[in-house]
Amino acid sequence: MKALSQKRRHPLAAIALLLMGLLVTGGLYAVATTMNQAKASTTNFTEQDTEEGGKLFAANCATCHGMGAGGTQDGPSLVGVGAASVDFQVGTGRMPMQMNGPQAQEKPVQFNEEQTRQLAAYVASLGPGPSIPEAGLLDEKGNAAEGGELFRVNCAMCHNAAAAGGALTRGKYAPPLAGVSGQHIYEAMATGPQNMPVFNDANISPEGKRDIITYLKQIENNGSPGGADLGALGPVAEGLFVWIAGLGVIIAFTIWLTSRTS
Amino acid sequence: MSAASTAEAPAYVAKTKAGRITDFVDERVGGSGILREFGRKVFPDHWSFMFGEVALYSFVILLLSGTFLTFFFDPSMAETHYDGSFTGLQNVEMSVAYSSSLDISFDVRGGLFMRQVHHWAALLFVASIAVHMLRVFFTGAFRKPRELNWVVGGVLLILAMAAGFTGYSLPDDLLSGNGLRIIDGVIKSIPVIGTYISFFLFGGEFPGTVIIGRLYMLHILLVPALILLMIVLHLFMVVVHKHTQYPGPGRNDGNVVGYPLGPVYAAKAGGFFFIVFGVIALMAAFFTINPIWNYGPYDPSPVSAGTQPDWYIGFVDGALRLMPGVIGDFHFEYVIFGYVLTLNVLLPALVPAGILFTVMFMYPWIERWITKDNREHHVLDRPRNAPTRTAIGMAGFTWYCVMWAAAGSDLIATHFNVSLNDVTYWLRALFFIGPVLAFIVTKRVALALQRKDREIALHGRETGRIVRLPHGEFIEVHAPLDEYKRYKLVGFESPAPLPAVPNEHGIVTRKEKRRAALSKLFFEDRVAPATPAELEAAHGHHGPHEAVEAADEQRSLTH
Repeated sequence: MKALSQKRRHPLAAIALLLMGLLVTGGLYAVATTMNQAKASTTNFTEQDTEEGGKLFAANCATCHGMGAGGTQDGPSLVGVGAASVDFQVGTGRMPMQMNGPQAQEKPVQFNEEQTRQLAAYVASLGPGPSIPEAGLLDEKGNAAEGGELFRVNCAMCHNAAAAGGALTRGKYAPPLAGVSGQHIYEAMATGPQNMPVFNDANISPEGKRDIITYLKQIENNGSPGGADLGALGPVAEGLFVWIAGLGVIIAFTIWLTSRTS
Repeated sequence: MSAASTAEAPAYVAKTKAGRITDFVDERVGGSGILREFGRKVFPDHWSFMFGEVALYSFVILLLSGTFLTFFFDPSMAETHYDGSFTGLQNVEMSVAYSSSLDISFDVRGGLFMRQVHHWAALLFVASIAVHMLRVFFTGAFRKPRELNWVVGGVLLILAMAAGFTGYSLPDDLLSGNGLRIIDGVIKSIPVIGTYISFFLFGGEFPGTVIIGRLYMLHILLVPALILLMIVLHLFMVVVHKHTQYPGPGRNDGNVVGYPLGPVYAAKAGGFFFIVFGVIALMAAFFTINPIWNYGPYDPSPVSAGTQPDWYIGFVDGALRLMPGVIGDFHFEYVIFGYVLTLNVLLPALVPAGILFTVMFMYPWIERWITKDNREHHVLDRPRNAPTRTAIGMAGFTWYCVMWAAAGSDLIATHFNVSLNDVTYWLRALFFIGPVLAFIVTKRVALALQRKDREIALHGRETGRIVRLPHGEFIEVHAPLDEYKRYKLVGFESPAPLPAVPNEHGIVTRKEKRRAALSKLFFEDRVAPATPAELEAAHGHHGPHEAVEAADEQRSLTH
């Protein structure tokens, strides 16, 4: 210890300290970011998948995304977006995109499962990115109550507390989540499609994502305990209903009650 | 002498036991006298007269269902962990108030149904008050002697909104907490005293631990008591003034044509209570309202998309949404002596509502001042026969509806696939242009309908039967109206503008000039009802229509 304190005024001490500091912060950063870093594809794609996917990509996607998915003026580069992104975008029909607009619309799916898998394999082969989640995370057996809390804190401001969807600025919107498969929900969180932010594994852990999916599937499957949910849109739908249906029926009755006099 | 005569009069003894008991009670409370007085009260029959009744019955249902809810609701903001049958919130940290609301929904037998009855009845309560007031306004029922009752009705509307809002906040779910947060923001935007009021109301910084208990007391004690008091006043004045009636043959300001309360009307009204109850019960049984379990416990950090107040507070929320934060470089927020003046919250939250309610309360006096009409009115106006009043009403209604729609701007955007920003821009424009357009269009429509009425009164109804005369002329046969129908088309007043008159000192005051200008605005464009002489001219000889039409042109002073 004494030797060290004696050398503290050595001309190289400052440089050594700087190096040490850089090493520590760099090392910590590396550790921290690996949590966020998309893992390399765990799904086993065969060589043939990748090859077929490349052909499909060239025929259907390259017009906008460029040959080799390097991106053009009309579409972003897909290097490193991962298999999850392809599975979500193509699997929900958002890609190939119907038209340019504030965001890609959901529409009937254009590729079958096999083709979607091949496209995912091709894009995954271009660079590491989020992979298609394992079945264990999609079993809908997480903690629904905790999922609900996570959902309210992270998702409800756009998707509505009952996941009925909501408006964003300039024609963009957060779609309703009923009827969306657990796999697509997971992929959306992992990749942040359209205007959605990315919720990486440091932000919401895979278990948290599993809880959210459990919660969403629970409110979807349990139905509405209080009767028809009127779109689960809150007080606006309720007000519209009471004015049109409630008062409407009552006015019909008042007309009936006063129809046989004077 | 008198003592002897009473002693000699044979005492009336009822034949049956029930009769004897009735007689016993009647001698002590004078029930038959009350019944004679009230049972003979005549009420005119018209469907549009029944919205006040709907409001009254909704209020009764609110009292009954609300009492049930108080048995199980606990307004404490103490922290607890949910342990009920709803798995979606199992073990989540929340307030006791929210937990007991969930228990009412899931663990109390019939609790969810009663909660939904209460909430639907509340929405219907305010809606029926609103429609009732629109009916009263557009038919001119607020005129003398009913001005004060109009004010009582307006107070009832405000109290109903207060009752609704305090109730909306009680479950302490995310939605209601967001609503409270907005109220807190509005209170804090009041210059100087705002922050003090907010800290007083919430017992410290928002949300604190006392607000639910305080709102609960207001909701179940003070506000309903005031509503009840106002209802008593309102009904008392209805009895004193007697009911208004629509114009018709044999109806005038000195009589009421209709059915006596007993027995037919009482039976109808009693039956109608059960109809209203039935409609509310069906809605509560089959349609969810305020699914608090979806919203989760209140937590100041998350704000859900689609957060709106119940419909009656919607117009204030809409005004807040329409207000721009900045216009170009112009800001609405100032710091004066260290106090922040946030006009972009203060203006939209208080000014439109203030204008609406001020004009609403003062309108009977405004119109009385302009028309100098100090007579009692018991016969209503058909809206078309008071074109300017109808136009003013529609302008106000349109203004309200623009703000109301703005509260749902996000849902308009998502459901009609338009941009939220565009919805806001359009509604901002309509906020200013809408009332003006509504005024002009309504006035023109009303005048056109009056002209049509006049035309029908003079020439009869078009039958669509074309007849060719021997000399080749084609005419359409017009069927004359019967007298009863014609009365409806000609039996109304059409006041002419009252020019300014000098006061006792021979001076035309500036105020009188303003009144005359307003009178001109009100009555310059008018269609006079067909006079008996014109009717005689029109019906006496069928040939020369032209002469009558020429007279029409002259007499109907339009434009």
